[in-house]
Amino acid sequence: MEEITTPAEVKPGKATLEAEEIKYYTATQFQLVWWRFKKHRLAILGSIILILFLIIVVFAEFLAPTSAQTRNSNCLLGPPQKLRFFDDEGGFHLRPFVYGVRTVRNPETLRLEFEEDTSVKMPLRFFVKGEPYRLWGLFPTDLHLFGVEGGFIHLFGTDALGRDVLSRILFGTRVSLSIGVAGVMVSFVLGLLLGGASGYFGGWIDFVVQRAIEFIRSMPTLPLWMALAAALPKEWPPLRVYFMITVILSFVGWTTLARRVRGMLLSLREEDFVIAARIAGSGGARIIARHMLPSFMSYIIVDLSVSFPYMILGETALSFLGIGLRPPVVSWGVLLQASQNIRSIAMHPWLFTPSGFVILAVLAFNFVGDGLRDAADPYSK
Amino acid sequence: MVRFFLQRFSSMLLMLALGSIVIFILIELPPGDYAVRYAFKLEASGVNVTEEDLTAIRKGFGLDRPWPERYWKWITNIVLHGNFGICFMYMRPVTDVIGERIGFTALLAFATLIFTYGLAIPIGIYSAVRQYSVGDYVATVIGYIGLATPSFMLALILLYISVKVFGASVGGLFSPEFQEAPWSWARMLDMLSHLWIPAIVLGMAGTAFQIRTVRATMLDEQNKLYVTAARAKGLSEWRLLLKYPVRVALNPIVSTIGWELATIISGAPIVALVLALPSTGPLYLSALLDQDMFLGGAMLLMLSTLTIVGTFLSDILLALLDPRVRRGESVY
Repeated sequence: MEEITTPAEVKPGKATLEAEEIKYYTATQFQLVWWRFKKHRLAILGSIILILFLIIVVFAEFLAPTSAQTRNSNCLLGPPQKLRFFDDEGGFHLRPFVYGVRTVRNPETLRLEFEEDTSVKMPLRFFVKGEPYRLWGLFPTDLHLFGVEGGFIHLFGTDALGRDVLSRILFGTRVSLSIGVAGVMVSFVLGLLLGGASGYFGGWIDFVVQRAIEFIRSMPTLPLWMALAAALPKEWPPLRVYFMITVILSFVGWTTLARRVRGMLLSLREEDFVIAARIAGSGGARIIARHMLPSFMSYIIVDLSVSFPYMILGETALSFLGIGLRPPVVSWGVLLQASQNIRSIAMHPWLFTPSGFVILAVLAFNFVGDGLRDAADPYSK
Repeated sequence: MVRFFLQRFSSMLLMLALGSIVIFILIELPPGDYAVRYAFKLEASGVNVTEEDLTAIRKGFGLDRPWPERYWKWITNIVLHGNFGICFMYMRPVTDVIGERIGFTALLAFATLIFTYGLAIPIGIYSAVRQYSVGDYVATVIGYIGLATPSFMLALILLYISVKVFGASVGGLFSPEFQEAPWSWARMLDMLSHLWIPAIVLGMAGTAFQIRTVRATMLDEQNKLYVTAARAKGLSEWRLLLKYPVRVALNPIVSTIGWELATIISGAPIVALVLALPSTGPLYLSALLDQDMFLGGAMLLMLSTLTIVGTFLSDILLALLDPRVRRGESVY
């Protein structure tokens, strides 16, 4: 870790330091990083969004009105119900409500269409009892964040089988984000090992790893992913497919990190503190883990946070094409499969809502990544 | 320069060779070999296939040889005779099936590159020169969203808007009357009038990224002393910008053309699928879904060749532009 030397702002000959400056010079590395990060407003916004996503991931069962597979046969491809504060007579309700839904046959097209039934008003209630479930597979309960009595509520509409789109998105968030985390973890380990070996040993190992990285980076990513994913046997159970998709996504992801690790190791190898450690008799593994790694850990964290979006987008694209995750697994990409062509988008635009979540998640990760990049080196101007 | 060229050229050949090996492994990855699938196809058309027939087919295709030999046969057929093997779906040579489509893909990639740079460079320069202006903020916001929106979603959104607002679909590459028509000047123009939509969709992320790059380099460069010196000499602001900082800011742009091309070609299949373009994308996906690996492999090989050659050309271009690069010095 770099030690703070004489600050640039302090004029020589100045006897006492202001309280503010004392705070700055006695701060730990972590505090400095945090202060710098806090200045980046978009990064803070991004972190808040990510925390919300995290809450969704942990409490999906509680937040979702139904499970991901529950069908409502009275409402197939139903449009989103509007949450209202004013009824059609202009009366104001403090507690928002939704109107009931009834189907009517369109006299011209003879198609069944949904219409708001203004005679049925269902106020939104919080902490209602609904479908029973086991939270984290452990605690049996039937408490849901919100719901209505004597009817159903589909704020984002329903799909072709009458399943609640909102609930499915919430459960899909869990799968999509966890694949991002798993993919980043695998790339992290691969990148650290291969980049570390490449930078530390040099020679032919370095040559081979570098050529491999160059090669992978020069291949068109998505077609390569597609070919790998399509080679997975179709009869595999969902869990194994999930795992293999993660590995496939990391296959490209590790290269960025390996480059970073190698570059850092090469430049740090000649630093005084490393040479000092070597003279003191430390072994290779100890020098890397104890002395070198801490000084570029912050850069690795930045790289990791930046590579998240690629994982999420990769999974979404593959599942969207039908060669990634497959139903009954629910992910953002699997959900978007329903809106693959123009007809379904024009007629049932609400099936496209998962894309909003994808964009939001990627934006949030980009913002946080930018903030972390600035904060990673708190001494830079 | 000659040394640099040869160095890059040999590394490109190495990449191409590596690529073809990896793709060959991919072709052989799915369970069941060529012969089994061939027999399956024959059986579907009513021919009874026995175990001996299978062995005969294997011998006929050389499948009983070890894999390095099979690879050699496959790659020499491609390089020397332009023969990519048989496409199972249509039982026709792969080259027949791909034919025109690979041309469309290359054209689309080229159009997207032009779109990307034609937009990114002026906007990036503007953003840097008028830093913190409204236009700069608009460019930044669009840039962020452009980076965060996957291209296929953008395609779907554009489709939705075109149907809801204009009442017509923007998919395809030709108007209906030109769909099957022979090539003519009118058909060419018709295609160009359709080409800009996939070009926008594919180029969005790249444009966003390049705007940020140009802006950042311009901001670094325009406060340097040589710019001040030129200004002090009385050069007009526009000539000054174009002559000095812009030229430096173009460097990182040129050096990333190769990656840009890779990104574009990478995103092309999925966008082509959504927009129903007659390029390689939809065919590639259906080949993969059917595990028609010769067709899939051939297309992956072509796509990766496009990117690898593209990277090589951009390296050469950069060397022509920047003497430091061709002498092997580090630029940054």
